[in-house]
Amino acid sequence: MSTPNTRANPAFYAVIALLVFMSVGPVILMFLNSFKLDVDIISGTSGLIFLPTIQNYEKALCDVLWYEPDHIDFCSLKFGNAFINSLIIALVSTALTLVIGCMAAYALVRFRFMGRDTVSLSTLMVRMVPPAVLLVPVFGLWNNEFCLDRDGLIGGAIRDTFGGRGDVCLAGTHSGIILIYVAMNLPFVIWILQSFIVQVPRSLEEAARVDGAGPFQVFFKVVLPLIKPGLAAAAIFTFRIAWNEYLLASALSDRDTRTVPILIVNNMSEFNVEWGVIMATGMLLAIPPIIFTLLASRQIITGMTAGAVKG
Amino acid sequence: MRTAMANRLTPYMFMAPAAIIMAIALMYPLGYMVWGSFRDWNPSQTIGEAEFVGLKNYIFLWNDPNFHESLGVTLRFAFFVVTIEMVIGVGLALLLDREIRGISLLRTMFILPMMIAPVVVGLMWRYMYHPTVGTFNRFLDSIGLPRVDWLGDHALTSVIIADIWQWTPFIFILSLAALQSLPRSALEAARIDGATAWQQIIHIKLPLMMPVLIVTALLRLIDAFKVLEVILVMTEGGPGLSTEILALRISRTATEFRELGVAAAMSNYLLILLLLLTVGMFAFNRWQEARAARLNALVEEES
Repeated sequence: MSTPNTRANPAFYAVIALLVFMSVGPVILMFLNSFKLDVDIISGTSGLIFLPTIQNYEKALCDVLWYEPDHIDFCSLKFGNAFINSLIIALVSTALTLVIGCMAAYALVRFRFMGRDTVSLSTLMVRMVPPAVLLVPVFGLWNNEFCLDRDGLIGGAIRDTFGGRGDVCLAGTHSGIILIYVAMNLPFVIWILQSFIVQVPRSLEEAARVDGAGPFQVFFKVVLPLIKPGLAAAAIFTFRIAWNEYLLASALSDRDTRTVPILIVNNMSEFNVEWGVIMATGMLLAIPPIIFTLLASRQIITGMTAGAVKG
Repeated sequence: MRTAMANRLTPYMFMAPAAIIMAIALMYPLGYMVWGSFRDWNPSQTIGEAEFVGLKNYIFLWNDPNFHESLGVTLRFAFFVVTIEMVIGVGLALLLDREIRGISLLRTMFILPMMIAPVVVGLMWRYMYHPTVGTFNRFLDSIGLPRVDWLGDHALTSVIIADIWQWTPFIFILSLAALQSLPRSALEAARIDGATAWQQIIHIKLPLMMPVLIVTALLRLIDAFKVLEVILVMTEGGPGLSTEILALRISRTATEFRELGVAAAMSNYLLILLLLLTVGMFAFNRWQEARAARLNALVEEES
């Protein structure tokens, strides 16, 4: 719908260039700073003229490096460990959320059953609950209630093998964090996938059923392949939340199960001045989402519009 | 007979995993929180050992000036963020609604800020706002203007700017999608009748986009109450209480002041606020559908 003279307007391209600069600028700034020495960052010889160094990254990753850089005396950051924790938690919770959410969305779209309306209404409601609201109950429950008792058979066996305070709780384990992430993301995933499953033609499923496929076969062999774009969108959103989340993870994790966001926040308050290293850790945390954005921006936008517009 | 039975059970089997997980890890905790909010509860006790104090926590918060301050900051933050983002986002969408070469690349760049971890966003902005080494103050220095104490005197404004940077693209992309799915015939007709660009926007484009815009604004509003990490990293709620939004206050009450009962009561207040918003959004959706149905019926009658 454009007239030729507006398309050639240079002011228009200037606006676009400015917008791109504003949205990408801070990210690029962080990227550049992560390759600078602290001296360079503070002295402010700003601009592009500096000697890039990977010292910050070496310092951040010192616990997983196979060699020992000579500028590090003591490896205080356990970044590698946190990175692996983040990876495990984000991947497992994404996979679980997708499988479970997909099945639920399918049931909500395709079947009429008792309590269907209640389920979809409460799914919608729960989507609005902020993580901060879950902090108190999750902290209490995961530490005190969701435990294998010291008197029970399994709990006793675990205590005898590993020692510890007697009972084994969900808090401080990967599965504890994964459980809350799955629960938190399910409403959103169900919501998005519903709008994709509605579009699958019913006749295809009926044809499969006539050929003798059971309900689970129809679901896995007919429906799932057809909603791949929706699955991709949902997967990216779930992964992003699980990968980026700080608050609940910080309440539930202990020294060994810390994730990267916790590490960054802790570091921020401890050494306020080590900008280079902090930027490097921030960059490492930002890389997976950036890669997803570059590879699958179309799916992300589909998911975003499906979540807001069609719902 | 057995197949009929199995068929009737199918939906429940598909629903069961999701229902069980949400019951254990969402519904039960929420109920637990309501229960806990009536107790004087500190983290070293189990909930059974905590003393029942009735509505004391709620009344305490109702009269607590710090809580009022926090609530005020939260509401101000949410209001400004949503209003400014809507104006800029929709404005840009109207401005850029034409054929652009490489639009998909542009969109990729615009969604980048949303995908990056809030913790990292806070980190970047904290650096840029830094009083001496920060980008903004260096820039002001270099053009000879006085420095600004971004995260001190103007902390709330600075936090709002960071949020606008991160989330305006969301509104921009949604309203661009809405704009490009408008019926071309209406716009065509208006142009033939000689409507100016402004008239087209005000009388045709905006009214037609309105349903999507309102849903978008409500989604953004609800998300604005969830913001926590960006502010935590940038200012830690300070200076004073000037940027301590409710979510941050809940987490501090629970972890620093170790008063789980009060934190739970505060969570409940926040939840009630959000519930009202959600119900409003839901009612609006219903009303919208009813209106659309009525309009359709009218159109069919006429034809």
